Amino acid sequence: MNEINNDVIGNVHKLETFGLVDGPGVRFVVFLKGCKMRCKFCHNPDTWKGQGEEWTARKLFERAKRYRTYWKDNGGITISGGEPLLQMEFVTALFSLAKKEGISTAVDTAGQPFSKEKLAQFRALADVTDLFILDLKEMDPEGHKELTGTDNSNILEMAQWLSDNGKKMWIRHVLVPGITDKQEDLEKMYSFISSLKTVERVEILPYHTLGVVKWAELGMSYPLDGVPVPTDEEINRAKALLHTE
Amino acid sequence: METMFKEAWEGFEGRIWKEEVNVRDFIQKNYHPYDGDESFLEGPTEATKKLWDMIKRLQKAERAKGGVLDMETKIVSALTAYGAGYIFPDEPELERVVGLQTDLPLKRAFMPFGGIKMAEQACTSNGYEPDPEIHKIFTEYVTTHNQGVFDAYTPEMKAVRHNKIITGLPDTYGRGRIVGDYRRIALYGIDFLIEEKKKDFANCGDGTMTEEVIRLREEITKQIRALGGIKQMAQTYGYDISKPATNAREAVQWLYFGYLAAIKTQNGAAMSVGRVSTFLDIYISRDLEKGIITEKEAQELIDHLVMKFRIVKFARIPSYNQLFSGDPVWATLEVAGIGVDGRSMVTKNDFRFLHTLENMGPSPEPNLTVLYSSALPVNFKKYSSRISIETSSVQYENDDVMKPVWGDDYSICCCVSATQTGKEMQFFGARANLAKCLLYAINGGVDVKTREQCGPMLRPITSEYLDYDEVIVKFDKMMDWLAGVYVNALNLIHYMHDKYFYEAAEMALIDTNVRRTFATGIAGFSHVVDSLCAIKYAKVKTIRDTDGIVLHYETEGDFPRYGNDDDRADDIAVWVLRTFLDKVKKHHTYRNSEPTTSILTITSNVVYGKATGDMPDGRKAGEPLSPGANPSYGAEKNGLLASLNSVAKLPYHVALDGISNTQTINPDALGHTEQERIDNLVQVMDGYFDQGAHHLNVNVFGTEKLIDAMEHPEKEEYANFTIRVSGYAVKFIDLTREQQMDVISRTCHSTL
Repeated sequence: MNEINNDVIGNVHKLETFGLVDGPGVRFVVFLKGCKMRCKFCHNPDTWKGQGEEWTARKLFERAKRYRTYWKDNGGITISGGEPLLQMEFVTALFSLAKKEGISTAVDTAGQPFSKEKLAQFRALADVTDLFILDLKEMDPEGHKELTGTDNSNILEMAQWLSDNGKKMWIRHVLVPGITDKQEDLEKMYSFISSLKTVERVEILPYHTLGVVKWAELGMSYPLDGVPVPTDEEINRAKALLHTE
Repeated sequence: METMFKEAWEGFEGRIWKEEVNVRDFIQKNYHPYDGDESFLEGPTEATKKLWDMIKRLQKAERAKGGVLDMETKIVSALTAYGAGYIFPDEPELERVVGLQTDLPLKRAFMPFGGIKMAEQACTSNGYEPDPEIHKIFTEYVTTHNQGVFDAYTPEMKAVRHNKIITGLPDTYGRGRIVGDYRRIALYGIDFLIEEKKKDFANCGDGTMTEEVIRLREEITKQIRALGGIKQMAQTYGYDISKPATNAREAVQWLYFGYLAAIKTQNGAAMSVGRVSTFLDIYISRDLEKGIITEKEAQELIDHLVMKFRIVKFARIPSYNQLFSGDPVWATLEVAGIGVDGRSMVTKNDFRFLHTLENMGPSPEPNLTVLYSSALPVNFKKYSSRISIETSSVQYENDDVMKPVWGDDYSICCCVSATQTGKEMQFFGARANLAKCLLYAINGGVDVKTREQCGPMLRPITSEYLDYDEVIVKFDKMMDWLAGVYVNALNLIHYMHDKYFYEAAEMALIDTNVRRTFATGIAGFSHVVDSLCAIKYAKVKTIRDTDGIVLHYETEGDFPRYGNDDDRADDIAVWVLRTFLDKVKKHHTYRNSEPTTSILTITSNVVYGKATGDMPDGRKAGEPLSPGANPSYGAEKNGLLASLNSVAKLPYHVALDGISNTQTINPDALGHTEQERIDNLVQVMDGYFDQGAHHLNVNVFGTEKLIDAMEHPEKEEYANFTIRVSGYAVKFIDLTREQQMDVISRTCHSTL
């Protein structure tokens, strides 16, 4: 394994000290800047590009540790985004520091940057990551491209690799009525998920419109304008199809 | 005599408490800690349902009538001003705990001793005509507290009051914040307490009649007279409380008579109940062991007692209601805590008190307070967390920081302030608006709202851009002045209160040799801190009118703000607090009381904000100040825990009167499942209080619910929808629209 550089700089969009739904227990959530996907339902389009706050891994770790008193044995650090895997060296450095002190680590990723060519680097990250929270947007390759602008084959490969290498996963799926809620797609997704050996939890994230205002602020038109949020009934149907309970 | 105590005290351990009035010793020798879960709890009885349905109907009628159901206009409230009153006069046996403030439930008593003008205005503003005979008596023959105060006020005191840099001075009504040790009546009976007070009287002074001795002798005599009055009051309900209580029902009833005496004779802003839960559990446990009571009956007793605390009412004037919105009385009641010996003081009764919020639904009163420590039994912490999530009616205070100062038998005597039960009283009053004080420092004592020279004519700042060092020097001087006039106004008020509106019934249940604290308060805290940060870390340009008065500020550049766990801002916060207390401490305080301060505003942050001009932190003139020690609206950029960490840095021992923090969490942000939410909330509180933080109001609901409740107050689900605001709980629909908007605009912690 290469030397870890604790002074590597991360491009940070936002820090959230009170993350209770992004990994087990109470989490310090780091939202990184940068994402190559262009999901139509994205609620954080302001994280796609640009320069945020600069933090070294060491400094950010010191900041995160201020909340250790809230974590006890049920909490830790989650890195989200943006897409954390675009800053893999930084995440690895931060998590290495955390693991040295026995702090739980989680990555909230959509897997888009994963490629077999960079496997050594990914493996180094996986070594210091306790949990991968993986967003599966869509199973159908064409549909995935249409919805997110990117291919999904490497994302599924990553899930397979995590499964083969014994890395724990939570799978998440954003439920957009009429777009990501088709029965056959969800059945296909369930069949894929059940082929994985290390999935601890499957969650449906109901689509919401709280991020729409950010699209307007960025001067972009919102592609899903007029799409309703899912009803409780639709959510329960999807939960049943993905066997989330 | 002997046999009487033998029966009442049968099975109770200990010695010291039998020889002197010492309830704490009794509790420590006899309570049984409980670390089990809530599965033993029982639902409401038929009687409870029937009584509570009636109260709900009356509350609805009260709201329909504009907030007041009925008022007394002829009888001056006193211990025995009325005969027995019941919720159902035809079925008095329904109530396991009896006693009303007047002859009818929710009818407000006439209390002129704080000030006749105010008592009359309370009537007329609600459409009632007070008796002219009473007017004559209380203007021509009797001096009221209010009269006394205004006879002695200096022009400067009137000026700070009128310019609203000091607001909420208790010069028109009862000062409150005195918690009688109502448990004493249950444990000892009235006769024993009278005997003890007689001994104190005999031992008061060495014969030299100093002013101090004369005053104390008169006070003890008034206390003894009040004890006789309480006995008589109980007799009208057919109870003889000269002797100690012999079972749980009597213990609850005797204790309530003590509290009833307080609320019949005083209309203090805060009329707290105190730490009664563990005490009463001892009686209930004894009866359960004897088999003379069932758990269902035990819960019924607590439900009925709590019902009484839910219907305490006082007649108030409109300006009072603006300060303290929603008709609060601060019938504060504590559960949990840890003893000095390290044993948890959680008993089954602590579960029963919280369970009243399930049996009778959410309610702002009594102001249920959990004395928190991460070392409390896990089952209790989880139950309490669940009740918070479901009702938003509970506040939490850190026992770990209060116990070293106040011991393990303190009560909360208002919103958040600790007081040793039966050993202490408080001279409390008002808040100094430090945000205004900072503006005075910049403008040389001129008030931007009234244009009066209210503060001392110190040299104003004349530069275009504010210089931090210059501002600090001037702010320091202005705080000196403000603390002085504030402390002295309070000295005067409390002198007059002792003289004309003495709390004989409450003080009769407190040791004669009483410790007195002198509680000041700070408002506008976060805005002072953020403004100083803006001046220090950004560029603040002054915008003056033609007279050279700074009315507006233009702030260029970024600056750290309190509420982000950023030491640059938080260090200034600590400095402001310490500096203000130091200035308060310099001054003489009435009756050798010990000065303290608080960062606590109640809902008065809205009224204070109206009187405060533009601030360098960007807050506009007239906007509400942030409540208590809360960071300013929109200042928190890193989520709840960063905000909690900032507040936790304020040292409790510098603000012994309390540091109030109110937070609202969206249920969806608290966890996916109910169990997760319960566990996560416990974890958040453990982490917060383990750092030495003092207080937390926990609200769990989304902004959508608040907006819907504001637009549709008629919906049944909102009739008792309770939320925590700075210092107390309130039914949301009882707030003024302005305050509702204020609550809604505050940060609701949710993560996208």
